[in-house]
Amino acid sequence: MKNKSSFFLIPYLMWLLLFVAMPIILLTVNAFTDTQGQISLTNLRAFLANGACLKMMVNSFWYALLITGLTLLVSYPLALVIANCRHQRLWLLLVILPTWINLLLKTYAFIGLLGQHGLVNQALQFFGVAPRQLLFTKAAFVVVAAYIEIPFMVLPIYDSLHALDKQIVAAARDLGANAWQTFWRVIWPLTLPGVRAGVQAVFIPSLSLFIITRLIGGNKVITLGTAIEEYFLTTMNWHMGSMIGVILIVIMVLVLLATSGKEQNR
Amino acid sequence: MNIIELRHVTRRYPDGFTALHDINLSLEPGKFYSLLGPSGSGKTTILRLIAGFDQPTAGEILFKGRDITNLPASRRPLNTVFQNYALFPHLNVFDNIAFGLKVKKVAPDEIKKKVERMLSLVRLEGFGKRSVQELSGGQQQRVAIARALVNHPKVLLLDESLSALDKKLRKTMQFELRSIQKQLGITFIFVTHDQEEALAMSDEIFVLNDGRLQQSGSPSAIYDEPVNEFVARFIGDSNLMSGHMIRDFEVEFGNHRFECADAGIKPGEQVQVLLRPEDLSLVEPAQGKIVVDILSQLFLGDHYEIWAKDDGGFNWLIHTVEKAPAERCGLHFAPDAIHVMRLGESESEFDQRLSQYEEHEK
Repeated sequence: MKNKSSFFLIPYLMWLLLFVAMPIILLTVNAFTDTQGQISLTNLRAFLANGACLKMMVNSFWYALLITGLTLLVSYPLALVIANCRHQRLWLLLVILPTWINLLLKTYAFIGLLGQHGLVNQALQFFGVAPRQLLFTKAAFVVVAAYIEIPFMVLPIYDSLHALDKQIVAAARDLGANAWQTFWRVIWPLTLPGVRAGVQAVFIPSLSLFIITRLIGGNKVITLGTAIEEYFLTTMNWHMGSMIGVILIVIMVLVLLATSGKEQNR
Repeated sequence: MNIIELRHVTRRYPDGFTALHDINLSLEPGKFYSLLGPSGSGKTTILRLIAGFDQPTAGEILFKGRDITNLPASRRPLNTVFQNYALFPHLNVFDNIAFGLKVKKVAPDEIKKKVERMLSLVRLEGFGKRSVQELSGGQQQRVAIARALVNHPKVLLLDESLSALDKKLRKTMQFELRSIQKQLGITFIFVTHDQEEALAMSDEIFVLNDGRLQQSGSPSAIYDEPVNEFVARFIGDSNLMSGHMIRDFEVEFGNHRFECADAGIKPGEQVQVLLRPEDLSLVEPAQGKIVVDILSQLFLGDHYEIWAKDDGGFNWLIHTVEKAPAERCGLHFAPDAIHVMRLGESESEFDQRLSQYEEHEK
């Protein structure tokens, strides 16, 4: 029995080795060697010495925080509404549907919507407001990124709301709690695991967004993601790019640890 | 004054299903009431309507004479102990019990005092810091009771609250619930499908079936004088057969005529006859009213459960403390052991008939 089960593990182990372990090892090796192939800390030193790099790091963090905050602000009420709807499956499907479309296509669609002659500006004009620069602004970047991340926040929150025992909510009401007290003292703490999972699913990818920063943010927002792309594709300094990649991975691990919290079900 | 009153309460769902048909109940303060019925009988629906989790389609619910039909659950002066306790898993025992006081912004030292008092009432002193998930079923049950009682409700609603416990614990909790109720003098409304539980604990029982109130009364009244076949079968074991009235105080069934204690039914009318198994005794064939052959005997510790067949082919269930004396025995019962039920007679008609001929006797 034991041999048999370990036999079936082989493809997964191969996969992990080839596509998870190897890239990380290669990335780390690249990050800690200089252009001559010598092991050195040049890249790390350069990164820490360069004010622009640190600024990018803070930027990435800040925008990921904004995007996550906005996504949560939209997604929690949405999940709450869906969890109390009659046709939950249909509404969930509508939320998930946009994830079936390629990210690049969705981003291009927003260029069409937000451009000088786009739908949004046309609508503004209809109400007598002069066309404004919407595309290539920081706000546009945050809004579009949040839009794209919403399904990944809604699903885990919806799951935890759905799993919430209706009797517990009824018990809170029965004990005299009003709607707000019921939410704040019972529903919110009990759905926190879902919120945490959603925050992880949104915050971590948001750290390294680069397609949206380029196409919607118009290079106004430089994050670690754009920096990596720059080093790999433009300046061709793979070692420096790898170093930023390693730093990004470290940040992700830290975020993961910080948001996991201790499990409540002992 | 009645503490709770339901007037012509009907609950119909959008899909056309009617959970309750024209229910009228009045509950006096300080009593222990049970809503008893099989699953789907509407007993939990009544509880939910009283608690405020659901609204009736028609009719009104009164609390001390005041209409509370549309008052939200959070503002009703009553509390519920839920079927699966519905304790807050993210709070410890103390905070669970304190919940109702905290949302009402009671001062912290006041809360502490009240919670401690509740913990000792349900015999959980020193459990305040425990997580509710560490507790056993019986302990969780007690936390749920304490959480409800700390708010000083005028009425405590209990929804099948003992059904998740094992038999022995259930007996203990029945006793404790009853003593808590006596101690505090609060009205308890207890929903159950367990007839023994209802009989053991209640001052008054409401028997429900198919969303209709079948009968209400003290446990002994319901057991001794069920109004119809449903109540007779649902509460206790019974021997039921059809027969007809000969005249007042005489009924015929199984091709024999017997003296009975019922009257006010016109001669020749089709009736149902009920004999409780413990009202039957086995004697010498010559002394019995009916002769039966013993089919099986089961010793159940405190009594024997005996099945016997009479010459007409009817199977009798008999509970006795002694073994059957022979294979063929006589079956004896007193005239007042025979309970005659009219077909389709409602509770009010039954009460009316009973009072009529009881007056005649005097």
